[in-house]
Amino acid sequence: MGSISLFLQHLANGISLGSLYALIAIGYTMVYGILRLINFAHGDIFMLGVYLTYFGVLYTSIPWWLVFAIAPAVTGLVGILLEAVAYKPLRESPRITILISAIGASFLLQNLGIVFFGGRPRAFPVPRILNHVVKVRGVSINVITFIIPVVTILLLIGLSYFITKTKTGLAMRALSRDYETASLMGIDINRIISITFFMGSFLAAMGGIMWGARYPQLMPLMGVMPGLKSFIAAVVGGIGNIAGAVVGGFLLGLGEIMLVALLPRLTGYRDAFAFVVLIIILLVKPSGLMGSGQTEKV
Amino acid sequence: MLEVLDLHVNYGGIKALRGINLTIKENQIVTLIGANGAGKSSTLRAVMGLVPKARGRVLYKGQDITNLPTKDIVAMGITMVPEGRKVFANLTVEENLRLGAYTRRDQKAVAEDMDRVYSTFPRLKERSWQKAGTLSGGEQQMLAVGRALMSSPQILMMDEPSLGLAPLLIKEVFEIILLLRERGNTILLVEQNAKKALEIADYAYVLETGQLVLEGPGQVVLEDAKVQEAYLGAAR
Repeated sequence: MGSISLFLQHLANGISLGSLYALIAIGYTMVYGILRLINFAHGDIFMLGVYLTYFGVLYTSIPWWLVFAIAPAVTGLVGILLEAVAYKPLRESPRITILISAIGASFLLQNLGIVFFGGRPRAFPVPRILNHVVKVRGVSINVITFIIPVVTILLLIGLSYFITKTKTGLAMRALSRDYETASLMGIDINRIISITFFMGSFLAAMGGIMWGARYPQLMPLMGVMPGLKSFIAAVVGGIGNIAGAVVGGFLLGLGEIMLVALLPRLTGYRDAFAFVVLIIILLVKPSGLMGSGQTEKV
Repeated sequence: MLEVLDLHVNYGGIKALRGINLTIKENQIVTLIGANGAGKSSTLRAVMGLVPKARGRVLYKGQDITNLPTKDIVAMGITMVPEGRKVFANLTVEENLRLGAYTRRDQKAVAEDMDRVYSTFPRLKERSWQKAGTLSGGEQQMLAVGRALMSSPQILMMDEPSLGLAPLLIKEVFEIILLLRERGNTILLVEQNAKKALEIADYAYVLETGQLVLEGPGQVVLEDAKVQEAYLGAAR
């Protein structure tokens, strides 16, 4: 295998991993944009999405492709529930209280996962059609590596349309700026917050399904690392900024794969890469790559 | 049209309003004047449901709206231009106006109102695709008023619309308020600029540390000796 085709293979893997980080990072950044809250339970919502899909495929007679659509929607509803139970009652409380509640919710979901799903790893039921190796010009690549970026881009187009063109998207952008004035417009703030949690959780579950198809080993703690790295992606891109989260996700995914590919001796430091990037960004440009220093005219 | 009965508002232990009674008649300009911290803004904010009421009732066309959420009050036809304009700086002028009409379903009527706002404020039309944050202070005030009009309000409450504007723009703002009355709107105006507000008001209330101390037709209040001394800077 030539070095160029090898490079292309790494590139495809990096883009694929980056797509997944981007999808999860959007949930962090959307919630932060509206509530100024780091939803630490987001990685565990991702985990829940994968497990729901697992049980849907193996224990119901629903066809797998339909499960792949229903499970994220159910995960979205769990996201709404999470907000209603863990965050909404604390909306008037100091920020630190709601942050601690987020950490608590994260541990709760992880441990409920261990209780109900068991600590033993389970194998994700990957449909054959998504899981076979194709050879393109001497490069052998699993089709899922191609499917992931394509699905991600379609989801991003849908999201971007929703945010920029619909009335609810407009209300979301208004709310991210100013709660009180948004309510003076007649916007139902609770409804918009619920929709935000639904969408973030939906996208995380979509990412989760594709994650499962690519790394088909399920564990209740599987959301911790991807969650952390995606959170870093959101911060690197500029938290609160959706395009930034996407850029940060791709940057982190590509960087991580390339680090392992080009410097195999650093393979053991793979997970450290994201944190090194985080430290550098926080030192050089704390508002993130696409974050804005607030400019306001008074 | 709007009645405020025995309104009390507390912030923690501080009593911001201690029993306010207001009557706002249809198609009138009613003004609420008073010093800083007298409770003018609190009154408007309490009516809109932005701050909790400790006691009292608010009636709109005879209907009790005391405990309704803000969004329902807006949908019923009461709207507020907040102090400091509060346009959505990250959105375009047009998006700001569309948000004003958020509760409305009739898209045709909304489009008509949008045209009307643009013809009232031609500068907003020129800048419809600009981010609201790039507008000047005066233009932002126009946008805040235009945005409020987009909800097709019956009662428009304005919190210090002339604050921080140049004298020429202040004149323009007051002309717009008069124009709105001509068009049939009812206006509750809170102002530091007491003289100008009293000159155009049909009825006026004077607020001092959370209580009403004087009320009457705008001209009468304007000529009151105590008001002259306290708010209009007249020499003894």
